Amino acid sequence: MTLLLQEPKQSLNLSNLISISDLSKEDMEKILDTAKNFESHTPLDLLKGVILASCFFEPSTRTRLSFETAMLRLGGSCIGFSEVASTSLKKGESFSDTIRVIGSYADLIVLRHPLEGSARLATYLTTKPIINAGDGANQHPTQTLLDLFTIKKCQGKLDGLHIVLAGDLKFGRTVHSLSLALAHYGVRIYFVSPHSLSLPESIQHQLRRKGVKFSFHSSLKEVLPKADILYMTRLQKERFGEISLENSCLLKQEHLKGVKPNLKILHPLPRNEEIERSIDQTPFAGYFQQAADAIVVRMAILALLSGKL
Amino acid sequence: MKEKTLCVSAIKEGTVIDHITAGKGLKIIRLLQLMEKEKKITIGLNLKSSSMGMKDLIKIENTFLTPSDTDHIAIFSPLATVNVIKNYTIANKFSVNMPKKIEKVLLCPNSQCITHAEHTSTLFFIEENNDMIFLSCHFCEKLFSQEEITEV
Repeated sequence: MTLLLQEPKQSLNLSNLISISDLSKEDMEKILDTAKNFESHTPLDLLKGVILASCFFEPSTRTRLSFETAMLRLGGSCIGFSEVASTSLKKGESFSDTIRVIGSYADLIVLRHPLEGSARLATYLTTKPIINAGDGANQHPTQTLLDLFTIKKCQGKLDGLHIVLAGDLKFGRTVHSLSLALAHYGVRIYFVSPHSLSLPESIQHQLRRKGVKFSFHSSLKEVLPKADILYMTRLQKERFGEISLENSCLLKQEHLKGVKPNLKILHPLPRNEEIERSIDQTPFAGYFQQAADAIVVRMAILALLSGKL
Repeated sequence: MKEKTLCVSAIKEGTVIDHITAGKGLKIIRLLQLMEKEKKITIGLNLKSSSMGMKDLIKIENTFLTPSDTDHIAIFSPLATVNVIKNYTIANKFSVNMPKKIEKVLLCPNSQCITHAEHTSTLFFIEENNDMIFLSCHFCEKLFSQEEITEV
Protein backbone atom coordinates (compact mmCIF):
# COMPACT_ATOMS: atom_id res chain seq x y z
CA MET A 1 0.00 0.00 0.00
CA THR A 2 1.25 3.46 -0.86
CA LEU A 3 1.30 6.08 1.84
CA LEU A 4 -0.12 9.25 0.33
CA LEU A 5 1.39 12.51 1.46
CA GLN A 6 -0.60 15.30 2.97
CA GLU A 7 0.81 18.78 3.37
CA PRO A 8 3.05 18.91 6.44
CA LYS A 9 2.93 21.71 8.91
CA GLN A 10 4.80 24.77 7.75
CA SER A 11 8.37 23.68 7.15
CA LEU A 12 10.31 26.44 8.89
CA ASN A 13 10.27 29.43 10.39
CA LEU A 14 11.30 27.15 12.68
CA SER A 15 8.64 24.39 12.92
CA ASN A 16 11.03 21.58 12.02
CA LEU A 17 14.76 21.29 11.47
CA ILE A 18 15.24 18.79 8.65
CA SER A 19 17.80 20.10 6.19
CA ILE A 20 20.20 22.99 6.18
CA SER A 21 18.75 23.87 2.78
CA ASP A 22 15.47 24.79 4.50
CA LEU A 23 17.12 27.42 6.69
CA SER A 24 17.51 31.03 5.69
CA LYS A 25 20.56 32.97 6.83
CA GLU A 26 18.25 34.75 9.29
CA ASP A 27 17.11 31.40 10.76
CA MET A 28 20.74 30.34 11.24
CA GLU A 29 21.71 33.67 12.81
CA LYS A 30 18.74 33.43 15.16
CA ILE A 31 19.88 30.01 16.39
CA LEU A 32 23.52 31.13 16.75
CA ASP A 33 22.54 34.31 18.63
CA THR A 34 20.25 32.35 20.96
CA ALA A 35 23.06 29.86 21.64
CA LYS A 36 25.46 32.71 22.43
CA ASN A 37 22.96 34.14 24.91
CA PHE A 38 22.62 30.73 26.56
CA GLU A 39 26.41 30.65 27.08
CA SER A 40 26.14 33.54 29.50
CA HIS A 41 22.67 32.83 30.87
CA THR A 42 20.76 29.54 30.88
CA PRO A 43 17.03 29.89 31.66
CA LEU A 44 16.75 26.79 33.87
CA ASP A 45 12.97 26.36 33.71
CA LEU A 46 12.37 27.38 30.11
CA LEU A 47 11.30 23.89 28.99
CA LYS A 48 9.76 22.71 32.25
CA GLY A 49 6.92 20.32 31.42
CA VAL A 50 8.13 19.80 27.84
CA ILE A 51 8.98 16.21 26.78
CA LEU A 52 11.59 15.39 24.16
CA ALA A 53 11.46 12.00 22.40
CA SER A 54 15.01 11.04 21.53
CA CYS A 55 14.61 8.43 18.78
CA PHE A 56 17.91 6.96 17.62
CA PHE A 57 17.52 4.13 15.13
CA GLU A 58 21.32 4.26 14.64
CA PRO A 59 24.16 4.48 17.16
CA SER A 60 25.16 7.89 18.49
CA THR A 61 27.08 9.18 21.47
CA ARG A 62 27.57 12.93 21.19
CA THR A 63 24.42 13.87 19.32
CA ARG A 64 22.04 11.89 21.50
CA LEU A 65 23.65 12.76 24.81
CA SER A 66 24.07 16.43 23.94
CA PHE A 67 20.40 16.73 22.95
CA GLU A 68 19.32 15.03 26.16
CA THR A 69 21.70 17.16 28.21
CA ALA A 70 20.45 20.32 26.50
CA MET A 71 16.85 19.34 27.27
CA LEU A 72 17.62 18.60 30.94
CA ARG A 73 19.58 21.86 31.33
CA LEU A 74 16.51 23.80 30.19
CA GLY A 75 14.29 21.98 32.70
CA GLY A 76 12.64 19.60 30.22
CA SER A 77 12.33 15.80 30.25
CA CYS A 78 13.41 13.06 27.84
CA ILE A 79 11.99 9.74 26.68
CA GLY A 80 13.27 7.60 23.86
CA PHE A 81 15.51 4.80 22.69
CA SER A 82 19.03 4.44 21.41
CA GLU A 83 18.74 1.20 19.46
CA VAL A 84 16.11 -0.47 17.32
CA ALA A 85 16.40 -3.69 19.34
CA SER A 86 14.41 -2.12 22.19
CA THR A 87 11.50 -0.95 20.02
CA SER A 88 8.48 -2.47 18.28
CA LEU A 89 10.36 -2.16 15.00
CA LYS A 90 11.77 -5.53 16.03
CA LYS A 91 8.18 -6.81 15.90
CA GLY A 92 7.77 -5.48 12.38
CA GLU A 93 6.25 -2.08 13.12
CA SER A 94 6.90 0.43 10.37
CA PHE A 95 8.88 3.62 10.84
CA SER A 96 5.76 5.61 9.95
CA ASP A 97 3.62 3.97 12.64
CA THR A 98 6.40 4.40 15.20
CA ILE A 99 6.62 8.14 14.55
CA ARG A 100 2.83 8.59 14.62
CA VAL A 101 2.69 6.95 18.04
CA ILE A 102 5.67 8.81 19.50
CA GLY A 103 4.22 12.05 18.18
CA SER A 104 1.20 11.47 20.38
CA TYR A 105 3.43 11.11 23.48
CA ALA A 106 6.10 13.80 23.17
CA ASP A 107 6.26 17.53 22.42
CA LEU A 108 9.39 17.39 20.24
CA ILE A 109 11.12 14.53 18.42
CA VAL A 110 14.84 14.22 17.74
CA LEU A 111 15.37 11.59 15.07
CA ARG A 112 18.35 9.68 13.73
CA HIS A 113 17.68 7.01 11.13
CA PRO A 114 19.87 5.21 8.56
CA LEU A 115 17.57 5.90 5.61
CA GLU A 116 17.81 9.18 3.74
CA GLY A 117 14.73 11.37 3.89
CA SER A 118 13.40 9.72 7.06
CA ALA A 119 13.24 13.01 8.99
CA ARG A 120 11.46 14.75 6.12
CA LEU A 121 8.91 11.93 5.99
CA ALA A 122 8.36 12.24 9.75
CA THR A 123 7.10 15.82 9.30
CA TYR A 124 4.16 14.37 7.35
CA LEU A 125 3.33 11.91 10.13
CA THR A 126 3.04 14.12 13.21
CA THR A 127 2.30 17.73 14.03
CA LYS A 128 5.12 17.78 16.60
CA PRO A 129 8.41 19.47 15.63
CA ILE A 130 10.96 17.07 14.13
CA ILE A 131 14.69 17.64 14.52
CA ASN A 132 16.88 15.70 12.11
CA ALA A 133 19.85 14.26 14.00
CA GLY A 134 21.16 12.51 10.88
CA ASP A 135 19.35 10.70 8.06
CA GLY A 136 21.76 8.25 6.48
CA ALA A 137 24.36 9.98 4.33
CA ASN A 138 22.05 12.92 3.67
CA GLN A 139 21.89 15.68 6.28
CA HIS A 140 22.90 16.47 9.85
CA PRO A 141 21.78 20.08 10.24
CA THR A 142 22.25 20.47 14.00
CA GLN A 143 25.90 19.43 13.66
CA THR A 144 26.25 22.13 11.03
CA LEU A 145 24.76 24.76 13.30
CA LEU A 146 27.20 23.90 16.06
CA ASP A 147 30.04 23.90 13.50
CA LEU A 148 29.04 27.42 12.47
CA PHE A 149 28.82 28.45 16.12
CA THR A 150 32.36 27.21 16.85
CA ILE A 151 33.78 28.75 13.67
CA LYS A 152 32.23 32.12 14.51
CA LYS A 153 33.40 31.87 18.09
CA CYS A 154 37.02 31.09 17.24
CA GLN A 155 37.37 33.36 14.19
CA GLY A 156 35.09 36.19 15.32
CA LYS A 157 33.16 36.01 12.03
CA LEU A 158 31.89 33.67 9.34
CA ASP A 159 32.06 35.91 6.28
CA GLY A 160 34.97 35.59 3.87
CA LEU A 161 36.86 32.77 5.60
CA HIS A 162 39.02 30.22 3.76
CA ILE A 163 37.74 26.79 4.77
CA VAL A 164 39.22 23.39 3.99
CA LEU A 165 36.82 20.42 4.15
CA ALA A 166 38.77 17.16 4.12
CA GLY A 167 38.29 13.40 4.36
CA ASP A 168 35.25 11.39 3.31
CA LEU A 169 33.33 14.02 1.37
CA LYS A 170 31.12 11.49 -0.39
CA PHE A 171 29.39 9.82 2.54
CA GLY A 172 30.12 12.37 5.30
CA ARG A 173 26.78 14.11 5.77
CA THR A 174 28.26 16.82 8.00
CA VAL A 175 30.31 18.08 5.06
CA HIS A 176 27.25 18.23 2.83
CA SER A 177 25.26 20.27 5.33
CA LEU A 178 28.18 22.50 6.31
CA SER A 179 29.21 23.44 2.79
CA LEU A 180 25.63 24.44 1.95
CA ALA A 181 25.36 26.53 5.11
CA LEU A 182 28.67 28.26 4.42
CA ALA A 183 27.28 29.32 1.04
CA HIS A 184 25.46 32.11 2.90
CA TYR A 185 28.73 33.63 4.09
CA GLY A 186 30.88 34.27 1.02
CA VAL A 187 33.55 31.77 2.06
CA ARG A 188 36.18 30.12 -0.17
CA ILE A 189 36.00 26.32 0.16
CA TYR A 190 38.78 23.81 -0.62
CA PHE A 191 37.63 20.18 -0.79
CA VAL A 192 40.37 17.62 -0.07
CA SER A 193 39.67 13.91 -0.54
CA PRO A 194 40.70 10.84 -2.52
CA HIS A 195 38.95 10.91 -5.89
CA SER A 196 36.71 7.98 -4.91
CA LEU A 197 35.35 9.93 -1.92
CA SER A 198 34.79 13.31 -3.56
CA LEU A 199 31.80 15.57 -3.00
CA PRO A 200 28.54 14.31 -4.59
CA GLU A 201 27.47 16.04 -7.79
CA SER A 202 24.17 17.13 -6.21
CA ILE A 203 26.01 19.20 -3.57
CA GLN A 204 28.41 20.62 -6.16
CA HIS A 205 25.41 21.63 -8.26
CA GLN A 206 23.81 23.46 -5.34
CA LEU A 207 27.06 25.25 -4.45
CA ARG A 208 27.54 26.40 -8.05
CA ARG A 209 23.98 27.67 -8.14
CA LYS A 210 24.64 29.68 -4.97
CA GLY A 211 27.80 31.17 -6.49
CA VAL A 212 30.22 29.61 -4.00
CA LYS A 213 33.92 29.59 -4.97
CA PHE A 214 35.35 26.10 -4.44
CA SER A 215 38.04 23.77 -5.76
CA PHE A 216 39.11 20.14 -5.40
CA HIS A 217 42.47 18.89 -4.15
CA SER A 218 44.01 15.52 -3.36
CA SER A 219 46.44 16.65 -0.67
CA LEU A 220 46.11 18.68 2.53
CA LYS A 221 49.58 20.19 2.01
CA GLU A 222 48.39 22.05 -1.10
CA VAL A 223 45.82 24.12 0.75
CA LEU A 224 46.68 24.27 4.45
CA PRO A 225 48.70 27.53 4.30
CA LYS A 226 45.57 29.35 3.08
CA ALA A 227 43.16 27.93 5.66
CA ASP A 228 41.40 29.70 8.53
CA ILE A 229 39.45 26.51 9.30
CA LEU A 230 40.41 22.90 8.59
CA TYR A 231 37.36 20.68 8.96
CA MET A 232 38.36 17.01 9.04
CA THR A 233 35.97 14.06 8.75
CA ARG A 234 36.33 10.35 9.30
CA LEU A 235 35.56 7.54 6.90
CA GLN A 236 31.92 6.44 7.15
CA LYS A 237 32.95 2.76 7.36
CA GLU A 238 29.52 1.73 8.63
CA ARG A 239 28.00 2.88 5.32
CA PHE A 240 30.34 1.31 2.80
CA GLY A 241 32.80 -1.07 4.42
CA GLU A 242 36.55 -1.09 4.75
CA ILE A 243 38.67 1.34 2.79
CA SER A 244 41.19 3.80 4.11
CA LEU A 245 42.03 7.44 3.57
CA GLU A 246 45.13 8.12 1.55
CA ASN A 247 48.12 9.47 3.45
CA SER A 248 47.75 12.82 1.73
CA CYS A 249 44.37 13.27 3.47
CA LEU A 250 45.62 12.40 6.99
CA LEU A 251 46.66 15.34 9.18
CA LYS A 252 50.04 15.09 10.87
CA GLN A 253 51.72 17.61 13.13
CA GLU A 254 54.40 18.31 10.51
CA HIS A 255 51.67 19.68 8.18
CA LEU A 256 51.05 22.53 10.59
CA LYS A 257 54.34 24.31 9.85
CA GLY A 258 53.60 27.51 7.96
CA VAL A 259 49.86 27.60 8.63
CA LYS A 260 48.05 30.81 9.60
CA PRO A 261 48.23 31.52 13.36
CA ASN A 262 44.44 31.75 13.54
CA LEU A 263 43.92 28.27 12.01
CA LYS A 264 41.51 26.06 13.92
CA ILE A 265 41.05 22.35 13.23
CA LEU A 266 37.52 21.08 13.68
CA HIS A 267 36.08 17.57 13.48
CA PRO A 268 32.51 16.35 14.14
CA LEU A 269 33.96 13.34 16.04
CA PRO A 270 34.31 10.44 16.54
CA ARG A 271 37.85 10.63 15.21
CA ASN A 272 39.77 7.69 13.80
CA GLU A 273 43.22 7.98 12.25
CA GLU A 274 42.68 11.22 10.31
CA ILE A 275 44.09 13.56 12.99
CA GLU A 276 47.36 12.62 14.69
CA ARG A 277 46.82 12.53 18.47
CA SER A 278 49.75 14.85 19.20
CA ILE A 279 47.83 17.68 17.50
CA ASP A 280 45.36 17.67 20.43
CA GLN A 281 47.96 19.57 22.48
CA THR A 282 48.46 22.36 19.92
CA PRO A 283 46.53 25.66 19.92
CA PHE A 284 45.14 24.67 16.52
CA ALA A 285 42.94 21.86 17.91
CA GLY A 286 39.35 23.07 18.18
CA TYR A 287 37.40 19.82 18.03
CA PHE A 288 36.84 19.29 21.74
CA GLN A 289 35.61 22.87 22.13
CA GLN A 290 33.35 22.18 19.15
CA ALA A 291 31.88 19.12 20.92
CA ALA A 292 31.29 21.19 24.06
CA ASP A 293 29.52 23.91 22.05
CA ALA A 294 26.91 21.31 21.06
CA ILE A 295 25.05 21.83 24.31
CA VAL A 296 24.24 25.54 23.94
CA VAL A 297 23.47 25.20 20.24
CA ARG A 298 21.08 22.29 20.82
CA MET A 299 19.55 24.17 23.76
CA ALA A 300 18.85 27.03 21.34
CA ILE A 301 17.31 24.67 18.77
CA LEU A 302 15.06 23.01 21.38
CA ALA A 303 14.00 26.34 22.85
CA LEU A 304 13.15 27.86 19.47
CA LEU A 305 11.36 24.81 18.05
CA SER A 306 9.31 24.31 21.21
CA GLY A 307 7.96 27.82 20.74
CA LYS A 308 9.15 28.89 24.18
CA LEU A 309 11.27 31.80 22.88
CA MET B 1 -0.47 11.81 -44.92
CA LYS B 2 -1.12 8.48 -46.57
CA GLU B 3 2.06 7.04 -45.02
CA LYS B 4 0.99 8.15 -41.54
CA THR B 5 -2.39 6.51 -41.92
CA LEU B 6 -0.73 3.27 -42.90
CA CYS B 7 1.62 3.36 -39.91
CA VAL B 8 -0.86 4.17 -37.16
CA SER B 9 -4.58 4.21 -37.81
CA ALA B 10 -6.63 7.34 -37.16
CA ILE B 11 -8.93 7.55 -34.14
CA LYS B 12 -12.38 9.09 -34.05
CA GLU B 13 -12.33 10.40 -30.48
CA GLY B 14 -9.43 10.66 -28.06
CA THR B 15 -5.91 12.03 -27.66
CA VAL B 16 -2.82 11.72 -29.83
CA ILE B 17 0.54 12.43 -28.25
CA ASP B 18 2.89 13.24 -31.11
CA HIS B 19 6.54 14.21 -31.51
CA ILE B 20 7.65 12.00 -28.63
CA THR B 21 11.42 11.56 -28.52
CA ALA B 22 12.16 8.22 -30.22
CA GLY B 23 12.51 5.46 -27.64
CA LYS B 24 10.46 7.21 -24.95
CA GLY B 25 6.99 6.09 -26.02
CA LEU B 26 6.69 3.11 -23.69
CA LYS B 27 8.13 5.16 -20.83
CA ILE B 28 5.42 7.77 -21.34
CA ILE B 29 2.67 5.15 -21.36
CA ARG B 30 3.95 3.97 -17.99
CA LEU B 31 4.39 7.54 -16.73
CA LEU B 32 0.78 8.44 -17.54
CA GLN B 33 -0.27 5.08 -16.09
CA LEU B 34 -2.34 4.40 -19.20
CA MET B 35 -1.91 0.62 -19.03
CA GLU B 36 -3.74 0.45 -15.70
CA LYS B 37 -6.83 2.20 -17.02
CA GLU B 38 -7.86 -0.38 -19.62
CA LYS B 39 -7.60 2.21 -22.36
CA LYS B 40 -7.47 1.25 -26.02
CA ILE B 41 -4.02 2.46 -27.01
CA THR B 42 -2.08 2.43 -30.26
CA ILE B 43 1.63 3.12 -30.14
CA GLY B 44 4.05 3.85 -32.94
CA LEU B 45 7.77 3.56 -32.31
CA ASN B 46 10.59 4.93 -34.45
CA LEU B 47 8.29 6.55 -37.00
CA LYS B 48 9.70 8.91 -39.61
CA SER B 49 9.50 12.57 -38.69
CA SER B 50 10.45 15.52 -40.88
CA SER B 51 11.37 17.66 -37.87
CA MET B 52 12.85 15.02 -35.56
CA GLY B 53 14.19 12.33 -37.87
CA MET B 54 12.50 9.64 -35.79
CA LYS B 55 9.72 9.92 -33.25
CA ASP B 56 7.29 7.88 -31.18
CA LEU B 57 3.54 8.46 -31.14
CA ILE B 58 0.69 7.37 -28.84
CA LYS B 59 -3.05 7.33 -29.58
CA ILE B 60 -5.51 6.85 -26.73
CA GLU B 61 -9.09 6.30 -27.77
CA ASN B 62 -12.05 7.93 -25.99
CA THR B 63 -9.83 9.70 -23.49
CA PHE B 64 -9.29 13.45 -23.50
CA LEU B 65 -6.10 14.47 -21.73
CA THR B 66 -5.61 18.01 -20.43
CA PRO B 67 -2.36 20.02 -20.13
CA SER B 68 -2.18 19.19 -16.42
CA ASP B 69 -2.43 15.48 -17.26
CA THR B 70 0.36 15.62 -19.79
CA ASP B 71 2.97 18.08 -18.49
CA HIS B 72 4.85 15.16 -16.88
CA ILE B 73 5.73 14.08 -20.41
CA ALA B 74 8.08 17.08 -20.76
CA ILE B 75 10.60 15.42 -18.43
CA PHE B 76 11.27 12.68 -20.98
CA SER B 77 10.13 14.34 -24.18
CA PRO B 78 10.05 18.14 -24.04
CA LEU B 79 9.04 18.55 -27.71
CA ALA B 80 5.92 16.36 -27.50
CA THR B 81 2.63 17.79 -28.69
CA VAL B 82 -0.83 16.72 -27.59
CA ASN B 83 -3.77 16.66 -30.02
CA VAL B 84 -7.31 16.24 -28.74
CA ILE B 85 -9.31 14.50 -31.48
CA LYS B 86 -13.05 14.84 -31.94
CA ASN B 87 -14.80 13.23 -34.92
CA TYR B 88 -11.46 12.52 -36.65
CA THR B 89 -10.35 16.18 -36.53
CA ILE B 90 -8.03 18.06 -34.16
CA ALA B 91 -10.26 19.94 -31.71
CA ASN B 92 -7.38 21.21 -29.56
CA LYS B 93 -3.61 21.08 -29.76
CA PHE B 94 -1.04 22.02 -27.13
CA SER B 95 2.62 21.61 -26.25
CA VAL B 96 3.80 20.10 -22.99
CA ASN B 97 5.28 22.45 -20.38
CA MET B 98 8.00 21.47 -17.94
CA PRO B 99 6.29 21.05 -14.53
CA LYS B 100 7.90 22.49 -11.37
CA LYS B 101 7.31 19.24 -9.48
CA ILE B 102 6.10 15.73 -10.12
CA GLU B 103 4.29 13.60 -7.55
CA LYS B 104 3.59 9.89 -7.10
CA VAL B 105 4.45 8.56 -10.57
CA LEU B 106 8.27 8.24 -10.33
CA LEU B 107 10.51 6.03 -8.21
CA CYS B 108 13.55 7.43 -6.41
CA PRO B 109 16.66 5.73 -7.86
CA ASN B 110 18.40 6.01 -4.48
CA SER B 111 17.97 2.64 -2.78
CA GLN B 112 18.66 4.30 0.59
CA CYS B 113 15.75 6.73 0.20
CA ILE B 114 13.03 6.25 2.83
CA THR B 115 10.33 6.23 0.13
CA HIS B 116 11.23 2.61 -0.72
CA ALA B 117 11.08 1.16 2.79
CA GLU B 118 7.90 3.02 3.75
CA HIS B 119 6.10 2.72 0.38
CA THR B 120 5.58 6.46 0.40
CA SER B 121 4.48 8.37 -2.66
CA THR B 122 7.39 10.32 -4.09
CA LEU B 123 7.85 13.99 -4.86
CA PHE B 124 10.51 15.39 -7.16
CA PHE B 125 11.30 19.01 -7.94
CA ILE B 126 12.40 19.73 -11.49
CA GLU B 127 15.52 21.78 -12.13
CA GLU B 128 16.75 22.87 -15.55
CA ASN B 129 20.41 23.71 -16.04
CA ASN B 130 22.19 24.26 -19.37
CA ASP B 131 19.45 22.42 -21.29
CA MET B 132 19.77 19.48 -18.92
CA ILE B 133 16.86 18.37 -16.76
CA PHE B 134 17.48 17.22 -13.20
CA LEU B 135 15.03 15.85 -10.67
CA SER B 136 15.61 16.48 -6.99
CA CYS B 137 14.01 14.05 -4.51
CA HIS B 138 12.08 15.92 -1.80
CA PHE B 139 13.02 13.25 0.73
CA CYS B 140 16.63 12.12 0.22
CA GLU B 141 17.57 15.42 -1.52
CA LYS B 142 19.58 13.58 -4.17
CA LEU B 143 19.70 14.96 -7.69
CA PHE B 144 19.07 12.71 -10.70
CA SER B 145 19.17 13.08 -14.45
CA GLN B 146 16.02 12.08 -16.33
CA GLU B 147 17.90 9.02 -17.66
CA GLU B 148 18.25 7.68 -14.10
CA ILE B 149 14.60 8.06 -13.18
CA THR B 150 12.06 5.27 -13.57
CA GLU B 151 8.29 5.23 -13.34
CA VAL B 152 6.26 3.55 -10.58
